[in-house]
Amino acid sequence: MEDVICTFCGSVCDDGEFDTEKKKVKKFCRLGSSKFAEKQRIKAPMIDGKEVSYETAIEKAAEILANAKKPLLYGWASTANEAIRVGVLLAEKLGGVYDQCASVCHAPGTLAVIEEGLPGATLGSIKNRADVVIFWGANPAEAHPRHGLRYSISAKGLLVKDRKQRKVVVVDVRPTKTAKMADMFVQIKPGYDYAIISALRAIISGNAEVVPSEVGGVAKEKLIELAEIMKKAKYGAILYGLGVTQSRGRDRNVENAIKLIQLLNRTTRWVIWPMRGHYNVVGAGEVPAWEVGYQYAIDFSRGYPRFSPAEFSAVEVLKRKDCDAALIVASDPVAHFPKIAVKHLKQIPVIQIDPYPNMTTLLAKVVIPSAVYGIEAEGTAYRMDCIPLRVKKIIETSYWTDEKILEEILKRVEKLKG
Amino acid sequence: MVVVELITGRTLDQGATVEEKLSEEYFKAVSYIELNEEDFKLLGLKEGDSVKVSTDFGEVVVFAKKGEVPRGVAFIPMGPYANMVIDPTTDGTGMPQFKGVKAKIEKTGERVKTVKELLEAI
Ligand code: SF4
Repeated sequence: MEDVICTFCGSVCDDGEFDTEKKKVKKFCRLGSSKFAEKQRIKAPMIDGKEVSYETAIEKAAEILANAKKPLLYGWASTANEAIRVGVLLAEKLGGVYDQCASVCHAPGTLAVIEEGLPGATLGSIKNRADVVIFWGANPAEAHPRHGLRYSISAKGLLVKDRKQRKVVVVDVRPTKTAKMADMFVQIKPGYDYAIISALRAIISGNAEVVPSEVGGVAKEKLIELAEIMKKAKYGAILYGLGVTQSRGRDRNVENAIKLIQLLNRTTRWVIWPMRGHYNVVGAGEVPAWEVGYQYAIDFSRGYPRFSPAEFSAVEVLKRKDCDAALIVASDPVAHFPKIAVKHLKQIPVIQIDPYPNMTTLLAKVVIPSAVYGIEAEGTAYRMDCIPLRVKKIIETSYWTDEKILEEILKRVEKLKG
Repeated sequence: MVVVELITGRTLDQGATVEEKLSEEYFKAVSYIELNEEDFKLLGLKEGDSVKVSTDFGEVVVFAKKGEVPRGVAFIPMGPYANMVIDPTTDGTGMPQFKGVKAKIEKTGERVKTVKELLEAI
């Protein structure tokens, strides 16, 4: 089968070839190929480690959720929009909290966008037009291995025809694999992104004299050189990663970077975009945004949606012990949350819906295995640039989809809650 | 003992094994720390020795590896080992500080816990 879509990283490559006999995918990177490789699955639904039917597990899950005062519904990055939609309805019905993987990933960028807007572009326009690409705290060589080839480094575009016509800059704290592919590497000290962006803004706006001889480990001359590259670009793109959102400054770093882009846009054309990690983490924010107005950290306990990351992000809710049950869909917070948040997850009943056993499985009371979107089920997912793509079903399965499981839970919760 | 700024992040191996978290490969992909060659020497380490990483927020034992990081910076792949020691403060964003946490590194005779043991110890 041709034009198979990869549901691993945010690049959502749509040009794979699947060999149905060998059950192998061609063209995809190591990460994409690992997605399609056969691996250990959760065999059957389980309650307390004992195998049960889908119906029994769903009944139990609905009962736990309906009896909880304030359940946390978390995850959603690695599932399809159709399932996320039901998840938001369920959170609303339960008076719970909806939060998604971006809250430990790119959410600070969302906060910056609320303040400043997002001068963005599709990956297609970056591929076709960008003569300067800056990866800032992003390492696509390891996180999105085909991004460079398809869109940003060696991609052959309409106006920018090849690698020679494109300048690639990497700003990072260590010489990553991506840094080795760049024309210029700006090595900065951890946590100095904000200061360096401010220095660039000062230089570009004609105030270089206020910049000291070194900022965040970078010599002033090098910053001036970078500022010149930025000013001379016909079409530049800053593609930022978790190096910007997870280090000191977080949302303020992104806000400052957007201001830098706004400044550059007075004389030339620049865009900025986050390098989103999971294939549908964008959907995990967009779907609740169309349904209830917010992208993450949404509390329904008062009967209407409230947005406050300081209170309702999963990590904060768990740290405060402010949830008495959790439904985890298509993610693994036990592996990816700080210890103190995991501690509370160990104390409350956890329901997990996922195709693969992971660390959350180890503590979940109810485990419900699901089909893999893009392999065993079809649905819609947003690529990192907000382009929705229809992911395909390429093989048959007896696993239920996340959408079906969630619909069944919702039906039962509606009955229990009246 | 050396003091470093700890950063965490993705690697290809972490990504390729992320859907097999209970496997040996995932364990290998996330249970190490990369240190600069000089810091490595200073601690008298050989590749694969155990080191204890302690921060204000916890401690964890991981394998030591030489890595291309600047002196005074150390890297642990994102995952359960890193999360034992990162700063859970979110400053109102929901995002813990996964990067740029001050950490002490010392050689230890303690064994690196498996993923399951790590969870049990929380
Ligand atoms: S770059 Fe991302 S979407 Fe493309 S094949 Fe690799 S993992 Fe899949």
